[in-house]
Amino acid sequence: MRDTIRFIKGGEIVELHDVGPTETLLDYLRLRRKETGTKEGCGEGDCGACTVALGRVIDGKLTYQPVNSCIQLLGMVDGAELVTVEDLVQDKRLHPVQQTMMDLHGSQCGFCTPGFIMTLFTLYHAEGEAKSRKTVTEWLAGNLCRCTGYRPIVDAALEACFNVADDAFTWRSNETREQLKKLADSRDIFLGTSERFFSSPASLDGLAALYGQHPDATLVSGATDVGLWITKHLRDLPKTIWLGRIEGLDRVEESESGILMGATATFAATEAAMTRISPDLGELWKRIGSKQVRASGTVGGNIANGSPIGDSPPALIALGATLELQSADTDRALALEDFFIDYGKQDRLPGEFVTGLFVPRPSANQVFHCYKISKRFDQDISSVMAAFRFTIVDGRIIDARIAYGGMAGTPKRASGAEAALKGAILEDASTWAAAIDALNTDFTPLTDMRASAEYRMETARALLAKALMETDGTAAESVRVLAKREADHDRAA
Amino acid sequence: MTAPLDQSKVTAPLKHVRKPLAHDSAEMHVTGTAPYIDDLTEAVGTLHVVPGWARSAVRGKISSIDLTDVSASDGVVAVLTSDDIPGTNDCSSGFGDDPVLADGEILFYGQVVFAVVAETRDQARKATLKARIEVAPIPPILTQEDAEAAETMVLPDYQFRRGSPETGMTAAEEVLSGSFRIGGQEHFYLEGQIAMAVPQEAGGMLVHTSTQHPTEVQHTVAKVLGVPDALVTAEVRRMGGGFGGKESQANQWASLAALAAHATGRACKVRLDRDDDMIMTGKRHDFRVDWTVGHDGTGKIRAVDMEFLARCGYSVDLSLGVNDRTLFHADSSYFYPDAAIRSRRLKTDTCSNTAFRGFGGPQGMLAAERMIDAIAIKTGRDPLDIRKLNFYDGERNITPYGMPVEEYAVMHDLIAQLEETSDYWSRRDDVRDFNAVNAVLKKGLALTPVKFGISFTLKHLNQAGALVHLYTDGSVHLNHGGTEMGQGLYQKVAQVVAEEFGVTLEKVRITATNTSKVPNTGPTAASSGTDLNAMAAKLAAQEIKGRLISFLCEQHQCGPEAIHFGDNKVLIGDQSFTLAEVAKQAHMARIQMSHAGFYATPGITWDRESVTGRPFYYFAFGGACAEVTIDTMTGEMTVDRVDILHDVGHSLNPAIDLGQIEGGFVQGMGWLTTEELVWDEKGRLRTHAPSTYKIPTASDIPEEFNVSLYDGNGNPQETVYRSKAVGEPPVMLANAVFCAINDAVASIAPGQIPNLDAPATPEAIMKAVRGLRSRKVSS
Repeated sequence: MRDTIRFIKGGEIVELHDVGPTETLLDYLRLRRKETGTKEGCGEGDCGACTVALGRVIDGKLTYQPVNSCIQLLGMVDGAELVTVEDLVQDKRLHPVQQTMMDLHGSQCGFCTPGFIMTLFTLYHAEGEAKSRKTVTEWLAGNLCRCTGYRPIVDAALEACFNVADDAFTWRSNETREQLKKLADSRDIFLGTSERFFSSPASLDGLAALYGQHPDATLVSGATDVGLWITKHLRDLPKTIWLGRIEGLDRVEESESGILMGATATFAATEAAMTRISPDLGELWKRIGSKQVRASGTVGGNIANGSPIGDSPPALIALGATLELQSADTDRALALEDFFIDYGKQDRLPGEFVTGLFVPRPSANQVFHCYKISKRFDQDISSVMAAFRFTIVDGRIIDARIAYGGMAGTPKRASGAEAALKGAILEDASTWAAAIDALNTDFTPLTDMRASAEYRMETARALLAKALMETDGTAAESVRVLAKREADHDRAA
Repeated sequence: MTAPLDQSKVTAPLKHVRKPLAHDSAEMHVTGTAPYIDDLTEAVGTLHVVPGWARSAVRGKISSIDLTDVSASDGVVAVLTSDDIPGTNDCSSGFGDDPVLADGEILFYGQVVFAVVAETRDQARKATLKARIEVAPIPPILTQEDAEAAETMVLPDYQFRRGSPETGMTAAEEVLSGSFRIGGQEHFYLEGQIAMAVPQEAGGMLVHTSTQHPTEVQHTVAKVLGVPDALVTAEVRRMGGGFGGKESQANQWASLAALAAHATGRACKVRLDRDDDMIMTGKRHDFRVDWTVGHDGTGKIRAVDMEFLARCGYSVDLSLGVNDRTLFHADSSYFYPDAAIRSRRLKTDTCSNTAFRGFGGPQGMLAAERMIDAIAIKTGRDPLDIRKLNFYDGERNITPYGMPVEEYAVMHDLIAQLEETSDYWSRRDDVRDFNAVNAVLKKGLALTPVKFGISFTLKHLNQAGALVHLYTDGSVHLNHGGTEMGQGLYQKVAQVVAEEFGVTLEKVRITATNTSKVPNTGPTAASSGTDLNAMAAKLAAQEIKGRLISFLCEQHQCGPEAIHFGDNKVLIGDQSFTLAEVAKQAHMARIQMSHAGFYATPGITWDRESVTGRPFYYFAFGGACAEVTIDTMTGEMTVDRVDILHDVGHSLNPAIDLGQIEGGFVQGMGWLTTEELVWDEKGRLRTHAPSTYKIPTASDIPEEFNVSLYDGNGNPQETVYRSKAVGEPPVMLANAVFCAINDAVASIAPGQIPNLDAPATPEAIMKAVRGLRSRKVSS
């Protein structure tokens, strides 16, 4: 058992004994360290002004990832190198991303700038990224700027971030790895009292025991949602259990049959595997949150949290994913759609926690499409999320799995449409009509700030039609605006 | 065009002015060392103030307030209500209708009722949730239609009227009419509202405030505390964005900080949570526009009748100027022979809408573009042809408010150049071809003009002061009444002052805007910051320099023509001195080396009552060409290419001006596409965080984004180095995006006018598509 949090900052190991269950990393930086370079813009992980970098050894490589410090718990920094904007100037010389941002007039009011600098710092250290505007805007989706219109920032990224990394962090990377190795232990962490604590078990058994003792504790995975309970709902969460150090819980195993992932596998860590299941799924993954959110946020958390607007569950349900749950004395698996009982209610018993998810790979005669409709393409929550897996034999759909998000209080299958689609002929659009109409009885969507009920229904119908058009393959041109834009760019390049 | 002789081009080569120099704080920005108010070192014992409100109330009488549990909450030092205000409970810009703390009634969702003062911000926030406030509800007036029915206004109607629109309509070959909605906009400055008040000796109060209008904060705080203005000092070094949202809206938070500091005797800081900020503060006005236009067979406008119904919110705030500016820009760049342009300033039980970059102008111009597009659709001609046909020109160049558009030729030349560089006509063919073979995706193209009037239409605001000192070591202290919100004002003014003294820029120390240095200033707004403050600073520097020259002439028995300032030196005939040497000598000779410069814009004669005179010193021009693709099944949209040509006169700093143009365009694009403010049926704002309110992100910017400065003859008016204002005009370049979307929608039913509302969200686009499809089927 360890009763401290340890991490590296500025080359030094920092060890903290007093870490509250809900203390955020941003508060630690600004209020305790009085390091004010990192800014708070929104306090909910949507603007990126508070972005800092966390360095960890991933697959043997020292990797820097951007995170939103406003919704990251301080304790979650354990075992990492914490890099903030204060750490980049070395020997009074600006870091290359700082110098280039300055040279290309990438700041106006300057308030968002440290956050951009830190995301660019992580891109600077990323390996194997294609030098393109698309890469840059994907990295920057989680950083809002209200002044510049982004053009100079994107230009600065293109100029500064695609050369071989050569800065103080690469020079001392061996030393950093040694330090990180020293920090990595398999001891459970527990800071506080039995009434009020931050904890981080190192094993599943440890978790089961601790959660069994404290079924009222809050399980924290990436904190991209729990963080908002703290900063926005002002909830007091006296007992937090961070899952991020549990041995093996972040595994991602690919096989011919599908992908088995642990509950703490992040969106970032699963993106490549998801893209191999389906390019649509890969695109969806890239449009979930931002780089910062995907670096912290976990697929298991997105599910276990039971949010009605989670973007991943409809796609995973259409693919036939199954969920694994465990507690101190039980172990079970269930179809993902059965986990979501009602708005805000999931099939999870006291003391029980999600351990993993299996996502089957579509077979040769199956086609998968998914669509996310939102006001803004990047880092927005869908108004309608639709996913389709059609099993096709001789131009006929013999089986369909269809799931929607934003159409009900939970991610939900369209059972009427699925049934009506059996036997539909791809080449004959008139055979699709019954299934499209069935959506009107499958769902009764609501009106909210993202869309009206009418628009949701109209779009749900359009997306089923679109999926069938795309499966049919007769559409000469692309029928997706984003795909078209990318195709145009590729042609231009 | 033949160029008139520009005096500024024949003087000595410029060293600093017109150079693309970095923002003065650029290095501090990228290193995170530029202090914003929340980064300032707090005095020992600094307390934190958080506003509290009745979270379920929209409109009603407060029947009881129970703050017992709030006071008893951890860390709470004081809880303030309207009873604790020693002076006047008002933080308005002048109409007396904005309570700092609610007094007996709730006027809108999010109105502040009390303020908690606690040891930490977290403690104060948690304490606010423990209030029990009972409100007897009154059915709220929420929409334009509600307010029209109830006849509630914040100000009387106003209008411009020329000729006889009634006769003009009768004479027109065709009359078109329609109605559409233009949404508001949240400022989303990255640094939220913040103020820190520090009590001074003998009842004084120093307020660090993130505001575009330090003088108004000073006066408001004094009024609220019930002390003379002279006891209050407001200071702001930089804001993390303003955009109009900190012109009047900063007053309340500065007042609360000062009230708390007054009550506790300790330094107090207010920093709004983002959600509170978005719920409590005003936004860009949203409108319904009802329009009728009569035109001849070619598409030339005979007469217009436009009515602008603005939702002003619960109080006047800046709605007078905002709605006037809507009318001033309802012509866009087009000549209306007969016109009735009417404005209704509706009072609704919602947050009080306020200044936002463009200040009502964008809504006026968008309505004009809507009429032009309608004429194009009905006549079957290209919208660009209809635009050019109706442009102001040599004969038809008087606006509906009587001011001539003297620079119409600049407008024509700029648009002609853009037409060429954007390859408009060949792309028009490409778009048509694309739409012919694509059933689901449709493209649209539009090229729209910008003409924006520069000056405050409230005449007295067109003045500025600066305070410049030359020290005996040759360094310069620069201060002026303008505020820095990222627009590069400080840098531009510093360049002008360095130029004047012939010193390198590092000799010029830029200092925070402070009401004790330059008093009685106007807000940094209306794009006028540089025009006014750089001129005032230039005059101050010139005065000091003039005194030095007189002194040197006497000392060296030479004429002023023999004396040259440059490279931190002063050349007198063939002798060279450092400026420091000259300054020391002047000091020994008892020459004053400090001066307060003052500038008032000449030539402005607008009289609102009689609707006569000249409201603007000049116009800034621009043009944008945008191409978009929409998905007619889902309403999704991408902006594929944008070309911009914009007139900044002779730029003081091309890098900064380019940044203003690009940033303004993107902000305007957000307003017209993704940024949707949604109130529910009870009148509660539902989009009060970036999770639900979507400003553009990097990937929303077109990959092909060509932005150029118009290379012309400079400002014909004697502005500072013949530059033009650039803050607001670029916002309206984004009208091209909205018109291009409209063009794409219109392609599915030629001859039909789409009912596209702004913002053109996927849902708004689908509504317009559906409308056309149903009309197509029925016709």
